Amino acid sequence: MLANVHAAERPPILEMRGISKSFGVVKALTDVSFTVREGEIHALVGENGAGKSTLMKVLSGVYPHGSYEGSILFSGEERQFRDINDTEALGIIIIHQELALIPLLSIAENIFLANAPSRFGVIDRSAVHERTKALLSKVGLNEQPDTLITNLGVGKQQLVEIAKALSKDVRLLILDEPTASLNETDSAALLELLKEFRNQGITSIMISHKLNEISEVADRITVLRDGRSVDTMDCHAGVVPEDEIIRKMVDRDMESRYPKRTPKIGEMIFEVDDWSVYHPQHTHRQVVKNLSLKVRAGEVVGISGLMGAGRTEFAMSVFGRSWGRNITGTVKMHGKPVDVSTVTKAIDAGLAYVTEDRKHLGLILAEDIRKNISLANLPGVSRSSVIDDISEMKVAQEFRARMRIRSHNVYQETGKLSGGNQQKVVLSKWLFTNPDLLILDEPTRGIDVGAKYEIYSIINELADAGKAVVVISSEMPELIGICDRILVMHEGEFVGEVAGAEATQENIMRAIMRRKGRDE
Amino acid sequence: MSTPETTAPAPQSVAGFIKDNLREYGMLMSLLVIVIFFQFATGGILLKPLNLTNIILQNSYIVIMALGMLMIIVTGHIDLSVGSVAGFIGAVAAMMMVQYNFDFVTACIICLVLGGLIGAVQGYFVAYLKIPSFIVTLAGMLVFRGLMIAVLSGRSIGPFDVTFQRLSSGFIPEFISSEGGLYLTSLILGIAVAAFLVWQNIKNRGRRMSHGVETEPFGFFVAKNILVLASISYVAYLIASHRGMPNVLIIMALLIAAYGFFTNRTIIGRQIYAVGGNARAAELSGIKTQRLVFGTFVNMGVLAALGGLVVAARLNSATPKAGAGFELDVIAACFIGGASAYGGVGKVTGAVIGAFLMGVMNNGMSILGIGIDYQQVIKGLVLLGAVCVDVYNQRR
Repeated sequence: MLANVHAAERPPILEMRGISKSFGVVKALTDVSFTVREGEIHALVGENGAGKSTLMKVLSGVYPHGSYEGSILFSGEERQFRDINDTEALGIIIIHQELALIPLLSIAENIFLANAPSRFGVIDRSAVHERTKALLSKVGLNEQPDTLITNLGVGKQQLVEIAKALSKDVRLLILDEPTASLNETDSAALLELLKEFRNQGITSIMISHKLNEISEVADRITVLRDGRSVDTMDCHAGVVPEDEIIRKMVDRDMESRYPKRTPKIGEMIFEVDDWSVYHPQHTHRQVVKNLSLKVRAGEVVGISGLMGAGRTEFAMSVFGRSWGRNITGTVKMHGKPVDVSTVTKAIDAGLAYVTEDRKHLGLILAEDIRKNISLANLPGVSRSSVIDDISEMKVAQEFRARMRIRSHNVYQETGKLSGGNQQKVVLSKWLFTNPDLLILDEPTRGIDVGAKYEIYSIINELADAGKAVVVISSEMPELIGICDRILVMHEGEFVGEVAGAEATQENIMRAIMRRKGRDE
Repeated sequence: MSTPETTAPAPQSVAGFIKDNLREYGMLMSLLVIVIFFQFATGGILLKPLNLTNIILQNSYIVIMALGMLMIIVTGHIDLSVGSVAGFIGAVAAMMMVQYNFDFVTACIICLVLGGLIGAVQGYFVAYLKIPSFIVTLAGMLVFRGLMIAVLSGRSIGPFDVTFQRLSSGFIPEFISSEGGLYLTSLILGIAVAAFLVWQNIKNRGRRMSHGVETEPFGFFVAKNILVLASISYVAYLIASHRGMPNVLIIMALLIAAYGFFTNRTIIGRQIYAVGGNARAAELSGIKTQRLVFGTFVNMGVLAALGGLVVAARLNSATPKAGAGFELDVIAACFIGGASAYGGVGKVTGAVIGAFLMGVMNNGMSILGIGIDYQQVIKGLVLLGAVCVDVYNQRR
C-alpha cells in the first residue's frame, strides 16, 4: 500500500506553518515550518536548546492553541489543540525521553492505565491481558503482561511505552531520543521496530542525537538551529553525509568530531587489583569479578561494553563503596595503597567520579551553579568551617569561564541549564576537588554535538595536565575518538584490550561477541 | 533558544529587584501588612507595649522550636513529636524541681540532655534504619504524650521556684535608672542591635561591591536598612515602655542569630541543604547524609526540650495539656515562612517571620473577639494560601 508509493508523492499528514513561540523575552521558536508525510520516518535534529522539544510540545498540545503563533494542519485540516487529550484523540502520541511508566504496576496496568477495557466501571481483566499480549507481540517484547515495570530494563520499558502508544490507535508517533539510554542491541531492535511500523503505515517523528541511527532509518531529516528550521533533507535522493548534518546543526565546520591530542603518558597513578563486588540485593551474584586496572598519568582509558556489563557498578564501588556489597580488592594511588571505603576518603585519596546520571546523582537541581560547584570541596572555600561567599563565587566564576558554562551568571539554578551545561557544572565540581584520577561515566550522554566537542577538549586538557582519566561510554566512536586504550568489559570482567590507534567498532564488538560465544 | 552569551547584568530597577526576590521579601511584606491591618482593626491595641510584650512571650517557644523544625524540614523530613516532647520535658522538669527539689540549673541541663537523647533515638530510626520520619515521630508523639501523663499522674505539678519562672516571665535587669517609665537599658540594647545589623549590612555590601558581586539596587538597600533600623528601634521602644526586654526574648534573639549564621555560612549548614536538595548527589559528593539527618533530630530534641521548659516556666506548672498541638503551629510557621515540603529550601528568617505572622494573627483575632473556631479556620486558610503563593512564585 503506502510503502509502494514514492515518499515524495505521499500527502503530508502534518504541516506546521510559521510556528513561533516565546517564553517571556526568550524566543524559543521563530517561524518554524515542519512538514511530515504520511508513512515516513522523519528525523528531527538540532543542538540542545535548538527548539526540538518545544516544537514537539506545541504539536502534542502541551502548549495549547493560542500560546504560540502559526497554524497546525493534521490530515489536511487546521487544528487547534487545547491539551494533550485532543492530540491523543487524533492518534498523535508522544513518548518522552524520561519514561513515564509507574514502576510498581504491571505492564498491562501501565498500558491500559487511562483507558482500560471495562464493563460497568469494573476492569475486564481477561480483555486487558489478551490485548496486552497482542500489543507486546507487536513490539516484539517477550514478557508476561503482569510483570512489574520495575523488573524490566530500560530497553524493555521503552518497548512498553511504544506498546502503550499502539493501544491508542496511533497515527503519528513522536519519539524523543528513544535510544539515548539503550545499548546497541536494544537500539538496533528499536530501529527495526520503527521500520516495521513504517511498513504498516504509521508515521514517526524521531528526535535523536545519534546521527548513525538517523541515517539508518530516516526518510527525511529536518534540522533546527536556534529556534528556526534550517533545512529538510531527503535521504532517498542519496545518502546525506553526517558531516553535512552536523554543519547545518551547528552552523560551523567541525574540523573533526574529536579534538586531537598527543598523549604524554607518565608515571603510574591508579591501580586497582583483584576487585570484586556483589549485587546489593541478589547477594550471591558477583557483578564485578576480580578486575584489575592500571591507569597512568596523562592517559585516557576507555571502558566499553554492553549495558549491564558492570562498568558503572565497578566505578561506583571503587568510589567510596557507593554501590554493591562484599567489596574486596585493593586500590593504589601513586603506588601506595589507599583507603577508599567512604566517598570522603576516596575524594581525599584523589579520586573523582562523574556520574552517568547527572540529574539524579550529580546535581542539586534547585541550587545554583555556584553551590553545586563547591559542594564536594566546601573546605576549599571556607575558613575554619565558615564559608567565604566571595571566594566561593570567584571559584564558580573561574570554572564558568574555563568550562564555558553558558548561563546568565553563577547564581542560575542548575535545573534550568541545558544538558551540556549541566554536565560542565558536574565536571567543575569534581575538578575543584583537584583529583589525580577522574572516572567519567557516560560524560556526553544526551548532550549535543557542540557541547560534546567541548567535553572532549576538557578531557584532553585534563590528560595533558597529568591526570589519569577513565571514560566509561556506550558510544564506541566516542571511545575510539578520545582514548589511548580501550578495555572491553563483559559480565563483570575485562575480556579484551585494544590500543586507541587500532580500535575499531568491529574489533571491540568482536571481543564482546567472542566472549559471549564462549559463555553460551 | 541557545542560552544567551554572558552580558554584564544590567542595573536593576527597584521594582524589578523586588519582583525577582519576591520569595525573600514577600513574607516580610505580608507580616507588615498583617500587623498594620490588625493595628487598625483593633484600634491600636495590637502594638500597645503590654500587648506586644505578650505576643513575644506567647510565641517564644514556637519560634525556638521552629528553628529546629526548619532544619528537619530542609533535610526533607518532619517531626510530629515536638509538642509531646516539649510537654514531657516540662513534666520531667516539674517533677525534678517541685518534687525532688533539684536546683533549676541542674534540672534544666538534665532536661536539655534528655531532649537531645529523645531526638537521638528518633533520629536513629529515621537516619540509619530508614523508617519514614512521619511514622517514627507519629509514634514519638503518642509515646511521649503518654509518658508525660504517666509522669504527672494526670494532674498538674507546680508552682515553680521564682528563679525558674524568670526564664519566661522575667525581664532583664535595669542598669540605668528608668525615667518616665521607660526602661533605658532595654531601649539602648534594642537600638544597638538594630544599629549592629545595619552596620553589618553596609559592611557586607561594601565587601561585595569591591569584589564586583551583584548587589541589590542602592535605593532598595537604603530603604530596607531604614526599615530595619526603624522597626527594631520602634519595637524596642514599645518594649522598653512596658517592663523592658523579657529574658526569653534575649534567648530567642541569640538562637535566631546563631541558627541564621549556622545555616547560611557554615559548611555543615550548607550540607544540610544539600541533603534535602538531592540526598544521593550529596552522598556522592562526600557528604555524610545519615549523620546530618541524625544531627538535625538531636538538635530538634534539644530545642523541643527548651521550648518545653519555657512553656512550663510561663504557665508556672506542668499540666497534662501542655504542648498539645504545638507541632502543628511549629510546622505551619516553617511552611508559611517559605520552607519547601520537598526539602532543600527554607530560611531561618522565614520560619521566624512565619511564627510571628501566626502569633500576630492569633493575638489580633482574639482581641477582635473572633471565636477560637473561626480562628482555626482562618489560620488554616492562611497556611494554604501562603504555600500556594509560594508554589506559584516558583513556577513563574
